[in-house]
Order: sequence, then C-alpha cells, then structure tokens
Amino acid sequence: MTNSIADIEEADCFLITGTNTTENHPVIATFVKRAVTQRGAKLILADPRNIDLARFATVWLRQKPGTDIAWINGMMHVIIEEGLADEAFISERTENFDAVKDVVKKYTPEYVETITGIPAEDLRKAARLYGQADAAAILYAMGITQHITGTDNVKSCANLAMITGNIGRPGTGVNPLRGQNNVQGACDMGCLPGTLPAYKKVTEAAERKICEEVWGVALPDKPGLTIPKIMEGARKGTVKALYVMGENPLMSDPDITHVEDALSKLDLLVVQDIFLNETAEFAHVVLPTAAWAEKEGTFTNTERRVQRIRKAVDAPGQALTDWDIIARIANRLGADWNYAEAREIMDEINKTTPSYGGITYDRIEKIGLQWPCLNPEHPGSPILHSVAFTRGKGLFSPCEHIPPAEEPDATYPFILTTGRILYQYHTATMSRRSRGLTSRTPEVFVEMNPADAQRLDISQGEKLKISSRRGSIEVFAEVNDRCDEGVVFIPFHFSEAAVNRITNPVFDPVANIPEYKVCAVNIEKAA
Amino acid sequence: MSITIDGKECTFQPGQTVYEVARENGIYIPVLCHQEQLKPVGACRVCVVEVEKARSLIASCAMPAEKGMVVWTNTDRVKTSRRLSVELLMTQGHHNCITCESSGDCVLQNLGYSLGVEHPRFPEPTEIKAIEDGNEMIARDMNKCVLCGLCVRACNEIQVNQVLDFSGRGPTASVGPAFGVLYENSECVFCGECVRVCPVGALFEKQGRFQGRAGDLEKVRTTCVYCGVGCQMDLNIKDGRIVKVTTPRSDAPPPNGGSLCIKGRFGYDFIDHPDRLTSPMIRVDGELREASWDEAVAYVADKLTKIRTKHGSDAIAGLASARCTNEENYLFQKFFRAVIGTNNIDHCARL
Ligand code: SF4
Ligand code: SF4
Ligand code: SF4
Repeated sequence: MTNSIADIEEADCFLITGTNTTENHPVIATFVKRAVTQRGAKLILADPRNIDLARFATVWLRQKPGTDIAWINGMMHVIIEEGLADEAFISERTENFDAVKDVVKKYTPEYVETITGIPAEDLRKAARLYGQADAAAILYAMGITQHITGTDNVKSCANLAMITGNIGRPGTGVNPLRGQNNVQGACDMGCLPGTLPAYKKVTEAAERKICEEVWGVALPDKPGLTIPKIMEGARKGTVKALYVMGENPLMSDPDITHVEDALSKLDLLVVQDIFLNETAEFAHVVLPTAAWAEKEGTFTNTERRVQRIRKAVDAPGQALTDWDIIARIANRLGADWNYAEAREIMDEINKTTPSYGGITYDRIEKIGLQWPCLNPEHPGSPILHSVAFTRGKGLFSPCEHIPPAEEPDATYPFILTTGRILYQYHTATMSRRSRGLTSRTPEVFVEMNPADAQRLDISQGEKLKISSRRGSIEVFAEVNDRCDEGVVFIPFHFSEAAVNRITNPVFDPVANIPEYKVCAVNIEKAA
Repeated sequence: MSITIDGKECTFQPGQTVYEVARENGIYIPVLCHQEQLKPVGACRVCVVEVEKARSLIASCAMPAEKGMVVWTNTDRVKTSRRLSVELLMTQGHHNCITCESSGDCVLQNLGYSLGVEHPRFPEPTEIKAIEDGNEMIARDMNKCVLCGLCVRACNEIQVNQVLDFSGRGPTASVGPAFGVLYENSECVFCGECVRVCPVGALFEKQGRFQGRAGDLEKVRTTCVYCGVGCQMDLNIKDGRIVKVTTPRSDAPPPNGGSLCIKGRFGYDFIDHPDRLTSPMIRVDGELREASWDEAVAYVADKLTKIRTKHGSDAIAGLASARCTNEENYLFQKFFRAVIGTNNIDHCARL
C-alpha cells in the first residue's frame, strides 16, 4: 500500500475494486465501513459480485469480469471532460499525461457501457464522486491483478489516482491489499526470480554488489524462472529439483493436472511444511517445520509494517524452524552459516536490505515500523510518494481494453470467477484444521444467479458438474443474487473440488499472474 | 483551558470528557459501560462524580469538560452512589465467580471488591438461564450480563456488522442478535469484538472454557498468521498450549487497534491438530518413511549436489513462502543464490 491502514479512514471517498474486503481483509473493511457510516465518506464499489460492501456503496458499478481497463478509462474520460483533473499535480509531479488523454478520448460512458455493462450514468456519478473528493483512496486486490491484463489494470488505477492528484497525502493512494500474512515480506526479501532483497535487480552488477559483499560470493546475473516457468521446466525436464517451503502449488497454481504432471517428473521434490499438503504426495523428502506461534521472527503487513511474531509454544516432535533447516542444508553443502537465532538474520537483513536498514527487533518490540526505514534514527514511512515518486516523476501509462483470454461461447456459456471466503484461507491447509472455521464452512459450492438456476432447472444444494476446456469438478449449487446472470463464483480452498483444475493457465505477460478471475465454463447436473 | 479535579488543576482540549481529563492526569475514576473507541452512554453510573454547583451527580464518561469546572471524584456522596450502582448490577443476574472465565479480569468483580460489597442488599432473580454454547467459538452466559451495551456498540460502531441490539425493557431487557436467535443462526461473522469488550463473564471464548483464566495464563503478543492486515493479538498460553486469542480492551496497537476477524481470533487451533508433521520423511519404495534430521539433510544435500554437477545450478528451483517469516525467506533466497547459484526462486505472491 502507498498509504497506511489507519489513514484510509481519513478518505472522503473510496474506490474499492477487485477486493471482497469484508471477507478477505475483514479488519480493513471495518475502517471503510466506519468511514462510510459514521463520517459520511463516499464509497464507489466496482465488483461483478454483489458482495457485502455493496450494502454500503454510494454507487456500485457491476462490471463484466475482465473489463476493468474500460471502466477506469471511462472514469478518466469523464474527469477530463468535466474539468475535474488536478492540472497542477499533473504538470508538477507527472509526465506522459497527453498519451493517456488521447487513449481515454474514445472511452465515453456510452462506449464503456457496451464493454462493461455499467450504465453510463452510474459511471459518470462515480467519476464525479472520485474526481471531486478532497482525498480519495483506491483499494484493490487480486480481482484487479489476476487477469491477463493485470499489470495494465494496476497501471490504470495509478493513472486514475495521478490524474486527480490522489497520491502522497493522508486518505489517498493506490493501495493493493496483500492476501497473505507475509507476501509483502517475501517480495521485499528477494524471493522473486529477478530481484534481490529490497528489489535490487539481479541483472545489474551495481545492484548485486551489496549482497555480494556481505555474502562474500559472486551472484548469478541471469533472472530466474517464475512459478509457471518452473512447472514448465519440470515438465520438459530442464528443472530437475524443486524445493518447496510452506507452499502448496498443487492447489494454488492454475491447471492442476499439468502441475501434477510436472511434479511427478522431478528427480527431487522437497516439501517443507507443517502438514502433509497436496503437493507432498509427490515429495521425495518431507521436512516438518515449526508453525508461526512456535518461532521468533517478523512478518511485513500490507502497509509495509514490519512486526514481530514470537514463540509461545514448542514445535511438535522434531519439527524445526524453516531457517534452521535451510541453514543445516546450506552448511552441508559447504556454506559456513552460524545464525544462533532469528534476530541475527535480521541484523544481516539490516545490512543487505536498505529499506529495512533501521528495522531492529529492539525498535519494533511494541509497535512495528513501516519501510522504507533507512537507518536506526529513521521514523519509518507511513505514506509513500509524498514529495516525489520513486522514479522522480509519476509516469502515466496509457492502456487499452483487451478482452479476457477466454470468453463464454455456446459450449462453455458461463464466466467463472474464483476467490476466497471469510471462513477459509488460501489452500486451507491451516483453516480447514480449525474447529471454529470448519464449523462455519459450507461444502464446496458454486454461487449462481437464481435466473440461471431456474433456466437450467437447478435447485439449491444440488450437486453440479462444472467443466472447462481443462477438466471438470463437482460442487454444490448455492443459488443467490451475488453473481449476475451468466457469471458463477467458486472459492479455491477445497482440495476435493480444486477449482484450479478448470481455471485457465494464461498469464499476464509482465507479472506472470494467472487469469483466475475469468474463464469459460459449462454447468450441468452431476450424474 | 482547565478544570479542577480533586483539587488538582487539569488542562483539557475542547471535546474531552471529564473522565478523559481525569485519566490523562492520573486520577482514577472507575467505569464499566464505557471503553475507548466507543461513544459514551453514561448508563451504568459507576463513573459518577460530584461537580460543584450541579444538583445531581454526573456521569463523567459522558460529561464534556467545561472551563472552570470543579470536580470531586471520591466524596462520600459519590462513594454511596457508586456502591448502590454496583450492588444493583451485581444482583441483576447471577455472578458465580467460581467458574467464571472472567474471574480476575472482570470489571464488576474488581468494583465489588474495591468497594467491599460483601453481600448486596438486593435479592438476585430466581430464574437461571442456560449457558448458550452451541457453536465452536463464542459462548454466552446471560446470567452474567449487566446490560452495559458494550457488545452492541462494538458490533455496530467498531465492526459495523450490525448484528447485535437491545430488545425488551425493564426486567425482560436483553442483548443479542435480532429476534433472540442464537449467534450461529444470525448474521454474526464471529469477529469476536463483542467478546473483547464484554466487561464481565457474559461472553467468552468457548474453546478456552475451563482451560485457564487471568493469573494462570501467559500472554504472548504476536502477529496474525492469516491475511496481510497483520493484526496484533495475544496468544494466551497455559501448560504449553494456546488456550485462546485475545486483544487488549484499551491501548491496543496499530494496525488493528484490538479488532480481529474470525480467522485471527478463532483460527489458531490448527496448531495442535494431530495431522502436524513431527518427523522428517524420505520416500523409499514409493512410501514416505520416517528418517532422522541427519539422514534427511544429507539426502537433500547429496541429491542437490548431484543434480547441480550433472545439469547445472539452473536445474534447481525453490518456492519460498508468503507464510514464512522475513528471516526465513531471506535465508531461503540467499541459499539459492549464494549456495546453489541460481535465481530460480519464486513464491505465490500472484495467487
Ligand atoms: S462476533 Fe462480531 S459480528 Fe458477531 S455479534 Fe459479536 S461483534 Fe457482532
Ligand atoms: S453481554 Fe457483556 S458487553 Fe453485552 S451487554 Fe451484557 S455485559 Fe455488556
Ligand atoms: S485477524 Fe483477520 S483481518 Fe486481522 S490479520 Fe488476521 S485474518 Fe487478517
């Protein structure tokens, strides 16, 4: 997030899109709901599903899945046309505005309606609310990124924020809500094929230097493989060994059948986890690890706040912390690592990761610090880009609407979109083993509109077969008004009906994110 | 601007209540139906004070400070009134401290004790209500409800879940989900905010029942393991087990200020599930067999060495974890880059 969780409460206007916040980031949703009900803040919700936040929305834009660039361009069209653009911000802080201005010219609300299904008047209303607000915050999540146009969707959100000067001040910003406890930290720490800690590029000698000096080795300069490419490599035989720490690609990756094929071809699959997850079925070695309450360390939350976790109970049996296991294997391979505790690893992170330079356990004992925090005196950074963007001027990037890779047709007439529910979490290895959460979790279901159900003569709770070009799964009908006609939703938590058997393994070309939010499926009664 | 409390001159900001000014200046006024974050209602009258020139006693939690006010927090008149209020609260229901989960951490118990209320003057009601513990998370003992309304305000003002409300009047007054249904049959999303604010033992964590209470429990502050909000919470530990998750009623740190959702508050118990892996395993003849750490580490290291020698570093790849700590992820990528010699590291940030 460019801004902090606490300061989103100061927004006069929210644009929330591609996040079912009350279910997936429930505590952030409380900030939004309070601002709307107690302070009169306006809420623009853009979501294909009638999620709980729709009750609180001033205007709800129900776009067809996979049409985000179109409606965002449409909002910018109205903002420019009605003189709501922040000319001063645009000229002082940004560049390339004219390119965006040219592109959005044709995205009139009427044209946008033909693509998105959003009534032109609603789009105008939304554009005015956002454009006239003193402080407007954009919140988004995977509903924006899990498309073949994910990168352009994100750029479009940034364009919209910049055109109205809604960046760098309290209550503004472009705020992705990170779905997992430490996905932010894993990225910050360099668990990406192209970047070292603090996003230093592996391809640049100057950027590799800090790590090379501290670690005392020369580092590889060729960018590595992303998950889909790793799986492809495994299938083709160029990747021979895969070491999986605390992940479950067999559930989370698109087109599971292909992933199974990939994993079964490996010479070595190491799975390091707290449970025997689906991926471990293919493992040659399984290493038991300590869970979060059994170890010391830090997580970095969605607002870049680095916070402590602490050991409260002992790990079961012989389970060890992940870092201890890695160090043992590294030392066996000839490294000479002597970390006695997690704190010593943080000391090294302070040296190699400039944005974490001043984040020490002593300083975050009571309250976490938000990076960038460059040195022991630095107070941390609640808001990014308040004076300048990282690259100096904010770059406008014109984007054109591109339809999703797969659209409904006669054989597969429904759009399937996937996501999470409140009572479960990700691939559910933890949450399905919690009594409370499990007691509230329905059986695996497909959410569908009553009109569709009626047309196909489907009754509530009936067992259905959902198929795509990749395969099929069986789920139970949950008929309600959350999805529009022609659209269905299935959560991805359930291994007995893993929805990623049928999702479409097509990716955003830049970020390599799969298009989980749109694919074409057929629905029939299960035999 | 200033007011005088118990003879001490105290400055205040416009809008502050007498209670807040006193607290800021280290002067203790007890409260029961009031908590920071929530709008004061002045219902329980435990926080009454004497204000010079005012005819009746005044609820300090709801009284804005006014320039020149002279306030006394502990006069005989105040003490008599406070005692009466507490006696009434104590006899509104049945407060059996012996088996109460809140004993030792109960606002009413503390008040009764500090005021020395040995035997309240009033009779208790004859009816004893059954404890509602039909769901796996939140249990209710309405015999102990003092109708302070904190749960109602927390559900509506903090979480904006709009589930709880008052119903009935006088002796039939109660709090709960609309139409008197049980939590599990209402729109409740089990965020547990109502449990957090309840000042007595009327709302409590079902799985923590009879597992230990204030004094037996050690609290360990940590960060939630589920979503990216990073809520701060306290694991309550007894005999090496997590008994329940709580958050402080006041002075809770960012980002969540004491609020949690169902996953954070009630999703911790996977940790002692019998499925937990307890030993390294190596696959032999198609089956995973238990092995020692030495064997497992040697196995992995040898295989990696062989693969690297034969196919090069880039034939090896690693998936790090959005669930592990920074320290672990840091070491994981360092292992691949500095020891194996490849940039083939990724994690499921995109999924
Ligand atoms: S658990 Fe949350 S939603 Fe349910 S009644 Fe309590 S405060 Fe309201
Ligand atoms: S249940 Fe607890 S918080 Fe709610 S009114 Fe009763 S005593 Fe107050
Ligand atoms: S308590 Fe809920 S909102 Fe807070 S971090 Fe955990 S999962 Fe997220």
